[in-house]
Amino acid sequence: MTADINKDEAFTQFLLRMGDNTLILGHRVSEWCGHAPVLEEDIALANTALDMIGQTQMWLGLAAEVQGDGKSADDLAFLRDAWDFRNVLLCEVPNGDFGRTLMRKFLFDAWHSIQLGRLMKSSDERVAAIAEKASKEVAYHLERSADTVVGLGDGTEESHRRMQESLNYLWPYVGEMFQSDAVDAEMAAAGIAPDPASLREEYDALVSRVLSDATLTIPESRFAHKGGRTGAMHTEHLGHLLTQMQWLQRAYPGAKW
Amino acid sequence: MSQVTTQPSIDQIWEWLDAVPDPEIPVISLVDLGVIRGVAWDGETLVVSVTPTYSGCPATAVIALDIETALRGHGIADLRLKTQISPAWTTDWLSDKGRAKLEAYGIAPPQAAGGPEKCPHCGSTEVTKVSQFGSTPCKAHWRCQDCLEPFDYFKCI
Repeated sequence: MTADINKDEAFTQFLLRMGDNTLILGHRVSEWCGHAPVLEEDIALANTALDMIGQTQMWLGLAAEVQGDGKSADDLAFLRDAWDFRNVLLCEVPNGDFGRTLMRKFLFDAWHSIQLGRLMKSSDERVAAIAEKASKEVAYHLERSADTVVGLGDGTEESHRRMQESLNYLWPYVGEMFQSDAVDAEMAAAGIAPDPASLREEYDALVSRVLSDATLTIPESRFAHKGGRTGAMHTEHLGHLLTQMQWLQRAYPGAKW
Repeated sequence: MSQVTTQPSIDQIWEWLDAVPDPEIPVISLVDLGVIRGVAWDGETLVVSVTPTYSGCPATAVIALDIETALRGHGIADLRLKTQISPAWTTDWLSDKGRAKLEAYGIAPPQAAGGPEKCPHCGSTEVTKVSQFGSTPCKAHWRCQDCLEPFDYFKCI
């Protein structure tokens, strides 16, 4: 990709990446509503999904504002198709079992908390304000997902095995969060957002510490599935998710709550 | 047009807002909750700044509607609600009156230590966490080891 991208385009792409991550993962987590293993977990999952949907409204609301063509956060959430989404693939793969859901949440929360910490110092005060608000919620999410990963990893033989399998499955999706392109270069130059690669060291330290407490082994390979945050290629799962998330607006255009 | 003297005072408006209950915890008012960040006249228009507790809290829309209904009921026709997300809401903004009312209602008020100081029912300090989340985004679920009653704890953020 050439660096030929103007600042507003890059800013919109960056905001879509932030908002689509929380939108798609928020939807995935909400799929547990009414299905979690115990009531407390059901409530916790629904609450964390709700926080992510709230954060989505702020990011996509700002994306729509910067885009400046009269669209709303809802238009962006419900009327785009798979190829226009900019979430990392980690957020869209299916939940799997409860353990994999929490492992994915932890791997995302760890990145999210570091990213929001940096964004609080953004040169754009709207970005800094959203990050400040979201980071309080995400600190709480990380505490819970990390605790659960440790509890299940360092739990029974069965829970340990499942958590290790989850980690093996999800680890190849971690690398995409740290890849950089022309959009990121433009954002870093403008002081709006950090270069994603610059978060890796802090991420590895945090994740290694928790996974070690969980008696789990991080896979050696650094191979990374990618294509979500650039929109080049999503997994087949995103389309299926969207048919469920968007069906009402598609079937009844303009329907209001 | 120049009848500014007919405009209710800012103190009066705060008093009216202090009578609007939180939709999910009706024993405290929106002012007690600390979500109303500013009240000001912009010419003929009353501007009320509101901050959400949690970004996805479903009560946010109801709170805006309740503010509007209450103020219109007091004869304010020209009204604008402004969402203000920074500085982010903190439980430090709960009023002392609000904290006392929460406890009397059976909800342990937030503590900097990160957990309830005591059971809001019997006052015992032997309490344990059941879940980091509770019936609304702003609460967690705890239990008293002495009276065995479960209770909500207003999370400290």
